[in-house]
Amino acid sequence: METQSFPGTPIGKPLSALEVSIEANRCLYCYDAPCMHACPTHIDIPGFIAQIADGNLTGSARTILEANAMGASCARVCPTSELCEGACVYHHDDTPIRIGDLQRYATDYLRETGQTVFKPGPPTGKKVAVIGGGPAGLSVARDLRRFGHAVTIFEAKEKLGGLNTHGIVPFRLDLEVALWEAQQVVEMGCDVRTSVTIGIDVRMESLVKDFDAVVIACGMGGVPDAGVDGDEFVWDAIDFIEAAKLGKPFEKVGNHVAVIGAGNTAIDALTCAKRLGAQRVTMFYRRGEEHMTAYDFEYDFAKAEGIEFRFFTMPKAIVRENGKIVGVKFARTELVERNGRTLPVEIAGSEYIEPVDTVISAIGQSRLTDLFDKLSVEHHDGVIVVNDRMETTRPGLFAAGDCIFEKGMREAMVVEAAQQGKIAARSIDEYLMPQRKATPPRELPKLTPADH
Amino acid sequence: MANLSSSLAGIKSSNPFWLASAPPTNSGYQVLRAFEAGWGGVVWKTLGTPITNVTSRFAGFTYKNHRMAGMNNIELITDRPLEDNLREIAACKAAFPDRAIVVSLMEVCEREAWHELVKRVQEVDIDGFELNFGCPHGMSERGMGSAVGQHPDLIEQVVYWTKEAARVPVIVKLTPNITDIRSGARAAAKGGADAISMINTINSIMGVDLDSWNPVPHVDGMSSHGGYCGPVVKPIALNMVNACARDPEVGIPISGIGGVETWKDAVEFLLLGASNVQVCTAVMHHGFAIVKEMMSGLSDYLDSKEMAEVSELIGKSQNKITHWDNLNLNYAIVAKVDQERCIHCNKCFIACEDAAHQCIDRVLQENGVMNLVVDEKHCVGCNLCQMVCPVDCIDMIQVQNGLPPQSWKERSAAMAG
Repeated sequence: METQSFPGTPIGKPLSALEVSIEANRCLYCYDAPCMHACPTHIDIPGFIAQIADGNLTGSARTILEANAMGASCARVCPTSELCEGACVYHHDDTPIRIGDLQRYATDYLRETGQTVFKPGPPTGKKVAVIGGGPAGLSVARDLRRFGHAVTIFEAKEKLGGLNTHGIVPFRLDLEVALWEAQQVVEMGCDVRTSVTIGIDVRMESLVKDFDAVVIACGMGGVPDAGVDGDEFVWDAIDFIEAAKLGKPFEKVGNHVAVIGAGNTAIDALTCAKRLGAQRVTMFYRRGEEHMTAYDFEYDFAKAEGIEFRFFTMPKAIVRENGKIVGVKFARTELVERNGRTLPVEIAGSEYIEPVDTVISAIGQSRLTDLFDKLSVEHHDGVIVVNDRMETTRPGLFAAGDCIFEKGMREAMVVEAAQQGKIAARSIDEYLMPQRKATPPRELPKLTPADH
Repeated sequence: MANLSSSLAGIKSSNPFWLASAPPTNSGYQVLRAFEAGWGGVVWKTLGTPITNVTSRFAGFTYKNHRMAGMNNIELITDRPLEDNLREIAACKAAFPDRAIVVSLMEVCEREAWHELVKRVQEVDIDGFELNFGCPHGMSERGMGSAVGQHPDLIEQVVYWTKEAARVPVIVKLTPNITDIRSGARAAAKGGADAISMINTINSIMGVDLDSWNPVPHVDGMSSHGGYCGPVVKPIALNMVNACARDPEVGIPISGIGGVETWKDAVEFLLLGASNVQVCTAVMHHGFAIVKEMMSGLSDYLDSKEMAEVSELIGKSQNKITHWDNLNLNYAIVAKVDQERCIHCNKCFIACEDAAHQCIDRVLQENGVMNLVVDEKHCVGCNLCQMVCPVDCIDMIQVQNGLPPQSWKERSAAMAG
């Protein structure tokens, strides 16, 4: 057991002041800009870029964080080529504005200068419990405080930040940034209870009784068993990345690491293992390259890091000698149509042993089904049912983040969680303060354009 | 290959690109480098009684990432002894006899003083004089520079004195800091000037530092107005050059000055009536070597127009400028958006919607894209959408309305009829 470090360059160098000036002034400041539409939190992107061009970095950061409390981490982890930068009108010429990097510059400025840009609202006397201090929980907490509600965040881990703190590889998102972002929310005046698990340390019903509203933003659980003979010797990718990121003592990776799975977490585990010193790191996936759920840019990054890939392979058993892993028994697969679904099926007699000495599973995350049952909210196989106001089926209970993530329905992105938290905070405010009336739109006389 | 050689009131130079009287022509060292780079002529930095300069002296106008879009200065005429300047002028002329050396002069408004200065300077082999009646700061407070240029009678008088003594052509450099620059030009012509050059710099304060509240540039916390120049002043200069070129009472050749940076700028000055151009800010920004592309671009342009001489360009567009009253009210154009090239930034939409005539619509297409579509019935052909389009996908197309040309003058006459 030893603490491990990450050699190699972090992904994405911050822009220099010169690069920022060129980039910010290159922006066209489109009207009804497509980048804003593509951002799940609808940040006023032309607005914040114009503020950077103006030299108003504090104002720029305020614009970003106004729309997205997780703006600093999103600047680093958002799949921008699929979102804002993919929608930039310059994308036609393959030279979109580097929106993510500009967002990073503005939010870094705020962090480095130690400024805060939001203040809590006048107290309403209402109390809200937030279960989970990850991106969704922090986002909802920040805005609830702005609306003047008292907020208590219950976090099972020692530190706030959720996957930003524990699950995103440090060379993509620094621990310092994740913790700073969480601290910004705490400083809004939240009561924070860390290392507290709802249902164990705090009774569920007392929570519902003691608070005027509850937000479930607990994310997902650990990686489920891979279902191989010797599962107990397989590392959980989430635990592995967390230990690496927080610098916890952890068993050293071997020379040849196998990662099972082909999602973004698998990529994180692969690249993490490589940077921790494994000579060979190989991804094993039971389907083909075109079925990978990792973003293209993540896959490209893994390739650039020297990761190897084996498709149509399914793990069967961990092979051990003298108390040490020496390999994994794999079977080759083929895709078969069954009941309208395409499934990977083992090819008889295709088994072989791949000599590896560390096995990490990244085949998805389990759902916190028990908790949802105890809270009496409706869920589908551990995915909480919410409407578009983030209301669960139980009045007063709201949900946001990965606990409502469902493949094909929502995206499991930090920026999605931030937006859901933002929506939830507004819904809760309306729920708690029905007397707060929205200002009616101003009545204007009807005039037509001249010469029409 | 076209012949680039040029003549201004009989002053010959190997090309029409001269350096204006300014910091780049302060010394023989610089002028030799300029001639080596290819400049056709120089106007030597103004000679007179040497002065003392302040620091700082210059400030740049940065628009977005474009530095030196404009520039101002509070530097004065030469601070070097006359003898040093004359010795270097002679050396430069001897080394490059095919280039023009014109010497800028400034002196107090006394006949003898001007005679003495002119005679001393023309003892060396020079091609002409340029009288600095434009400098807007420092010298004007002492009754020189624009203090002369703002009084047509003084211009006429000083030109007359100069011509009494001068053996080479005399150019008068005019200040734009006057209600109608033609009054100065006419006075110069009346006094016997061989040519005019314009424009000198425009009175300006470049800005204020938002932290110290000091003006920019400042001298120990204080400043005085400076002279504005550079690319941003070109449209003002073009208008003034053209106004003088069209004025029958002026009738002498013009050396165009104001924001010339490329051969294209120079061609515009020539088309509107200048005979050559003078350059300063672009050299202060990029160095003498820019003249290479100026020469090569102009040469290619003349070839493409099948013109043999630079002089053929002079005044080609001069009389396309007229009184507003003479413009055809029945000429109609409308905007057309090339949907293939449009990148949907919506700049044209919001410009038209908020600042023009509300005649670009965003129309949802079957593919989910909102096209920008011009309401041609209401489009007034103002050009704004075309101006803001970053990809040049908007063309202004003439509408054949079948109406005969009619100017305001004609229309009001008909209505009065």
